[in-house]
Amino acid sequence: MTAVEQEYLKVIVFQLADKEYAIPVSNVQGIEKLMHITRVPKTKSFVKGVINLRGVVTPLIDLRERFGIPISNNEDTTRIIIITLEEMEVGFIVDSANDVLDIPVSAIEAQPEVVGSNEEEFISGVAKLENRLLILLHLDKVLNP
Amino acid sequence: MELNQYLEMFIEESKEHLQSCSDNLLELEKNPADLAIVNEIFRSAHTLKGMSATMGYEDLADLTHKMENVLDAIRNEKIQVTAEILDVVFESVDHLEAMVMDIADGGDGKKDVSQTVEKLKRIESGEAIQQETAVLNSNETAAEAAATTVGLENAPQLEYDDFEKTVLLQSTEQGFNAFEIAVTLNDSCLLKAARVYMVFDILEKNGDVVKSSPTVDKLEEEQFDQEFKVALISQTNAEELRSKILKVSEVEKVAITQLSKDIFVQSATVETETVAESQTEELTPVAPVEVKKEEATQKSSGAKHAASKTIRVSIERLDILMNLFEELVIDRGRLQSIATEVNHSELNETVERMSRTMGDLQNIVLTMRMIPIETVFNRFPKMVRTLSRDLKKKINLEIIGAETELDRTVIDEIGDPLVHLIRNSVDHGIESPEIRRANGKPEEGNVTLRAYHSGNYVFIEIEDDGAGINRERVLKKAISKGIVTKESALSMSDKQINELILASGFSTAEVISDISGRGVGLDVVKTTIESLGGNISIESTEGVGSIFSIQLPLTLSIISVMLVEIEQEIYAIPLSSIIETSIIKNSDILNAHNQKVIDFRGKVVPLIFLDEIFDVPRTEQAADGYHSVVIVRKGDKLAGLVVDTFIGQQEIVLKSLGNYLTNIFAISGATILGNGKVALIVDCNALMK
Repeated sequence: MTAVEQEYLKVIVFQLADKEYAIPVSNVQGIEKLMHITRVPKTKSFVKGVINLRGVVTPLIDLRERFGIPISNNEDTTRIIIITLEEMEVGFIVDSANDVLDIPVSAIEAQPEVVGSNEEEFISGVAKLENRLLILLHLDKVLNP
Repeated sequence: MELNQYLEMFIEESKEHLQSCSDNLLELEKNPADLAIVNEIFRSAHTLKGMSATMGYEDLADLTHKMENVLDAIRNEKIQVTAEILDVVFESVDHLEAMVMDIADGGDGKKDVSQTVEKLKRIESGEAIQQETAVLNSNETAAEAAATTVGLENAPQLEYDDFEKTVLLQSTEQGFNAFEIAVTLNDSCLLKAARVYMVFDILEKNGDVVKSSPTVDKLEEEQFDQEFKVALISQTNAEELRSKILKVSEVEKVAITQLSKDIFVQSATVETETVAESQTEELTPVAPVEVKKEEATQKSSGAKHAASKTIRVSIERLDILMNLFEELVIDRGRLQSIATEVNHSELNETVERMSRTMGDLQNIVLTMRMIPIETVFNRFPKMVRTLSRDLKKKINLEIIGAETELDRTVIDEIGDPLVHLIRNSVDHGIESPEIRRANGKPEEGNVTLRAYHSGNYVFIEIEDDGAGINRERVLKKAISKGIVTKESALSMSDKQINELILASGFSTAEVISDISGRGVGLDVVKTTIESLGGNISIESTEGVGSIFSIQLPLTLSIISVMLVEIEQEIYAIPLSSIIETSIIKNSDILNAHNQKVIDFRGKVVPLIFLDEIFDVPRTEQAADGYHSVVIVRKGDKLAGLVVDTFIGQQEIVLKSLGNYLTNIFAISGATILGNGKVALIVDCNALMK
């Protein structure tokens, strides 16, 4: 049983600009619609502020800004993915999140050598699936500058 | 076999027993002749020994056992209580505490305590010299024999430590059978661990397993060949046991040897002098005493439970309860505002009733999280005792109001500052006996630790009748260290000068001892207390003594704030730092050294524009010529926070910003408002350096 399970990695797929990214489901606590954000002064520009997530004050990171992608204002599909990593609870603002996939571990490759990409340092690998290319994020590096 | 679930209970109870040990030891020091106290300590030690042996912490059990031997000797009036003996016993308790702490931190509780063990042994045997030289001689030779070989033909096959031996011996005394059982499994046995488990299951139903070889852990991991040995105490006879074990499939052979008392006593004599001494001499009396004692322990603990009728609730659950309650507080705020809008009389009535009930509920939830400050205070008597011995001073510590209750979050933080302050009083405050005598004071100095409630605050005072603060010396030092200038020093009040010793980089003791640190201590104390929303003040009369007084809020989770608005953003300012609010005209603002100030009741108060500090995005400049100002205070300093509008006063629930956002300038936390939005709480202390 376990041997078979280990060959797949369950991920949440989300979109930023024209690319698709993936985060392991085990790190995701939930997906929320955009709600009122309270700005927190004197923080890094990609920290958009904090939200009230059912009584827990949760900070938000704008992933576009974190990766240096120009900001868009398409709020209809914008989602907040709540991530937990090492006792930290943080929300990622993404363009849309609409897929849960099982990707075979064998399809995951180390990141290709792309020179000059801003998000290069945040990538832990890429997964090729038929006609899709999923970028796996290195959460630790996204959270800890 | 799974002991993890008991670990927490074990740690808690061990701490309790150790605490009662040290409390009683201090008591014993005052009344060395009171054997009832020794009995009390013995009981705690004995229970601790039993628990740690059950949990497999052998070092812990061993040291406790050695300590117990000494206590036993005292109890049986073989040894007189002296300061030296108590020192060693204190030392052992310290080691035991360290071990338990290690276990609590996830360690294995191992520690090299051979020196202390040696000392304990010496005390025990040293006394034997005076009692009965002959016994000692035989003991010594016995010990030597033990050191070289443990080899009697009749000796049991398993090796036992002192504790296990005592257990086995006592059970044989009481008519139980002690067996050594060697179980051999089939060569073809695949699931060895499962068979071991089944065998143990049978054994445990029929008696108590004292020891196994290899250890239970190794057995579970199948780290043995085909055979394992177990020592068992049981009332069942050997034949019945054998047949029961043989019923487990894949068991090939069961060999049962009965351990007779004689064999055991004999081997015990050879192996350790400790057991031999207490057991061979008075075999009959010891066993019954032991049993009675155990009964007494059970009785006393039973009585304790009945008296206070408490249950243990994990802190986690209380935190969850608190969180849920906070949610309710937020919803209440929302309901109240809806009710005022709708203005429906029945709705209003219901909301009011609900608010009242919630007020009561709030009190109960908050008090549930309260614990007596005793949990912090009870480590101080021993600390003062050690300190006064090291410093060769005579000090009497008095504790008043240990039952005063404080929120758990405050209790967790307040321990270290208090340690610093008490060390300071003992080291710098109380003079040496010679000086005290010369000054016409009693040789023994007094340190009083006092806690009490007053209003919404708890006060903790540390009072000593020592030398007091020499203000001249403090000033001179502060000036030489550049903490204050000569000019400003002239205008300082006595109280301000006293408080200079809390400034960083200040240490008045001419000789730096490792007790009160290197001048880093007291300013840390001040910072910690202020971060808890409290403050500290010092009163002192030279030659008479000093009082350090700490004021702390009862709880940290629900506070009163003033909500203010800047553009679209709402901020909360804690009421505890607000003096008053006022509205000023543009013309009231004066300029002094690039700093805008106002004249507030004859005082020059600097203005802090919150919109600038917090970079609030401005859509348009409000230009009506008036400013709303909140006058806040930090110690004796004042400042005016300029905001757009005041919203009003409210009780809010303090929330942290989480682990990702830490150390944000001038923001101490957040709260959730009635409309579900988050508001940030302004840290006034950070705004005023």
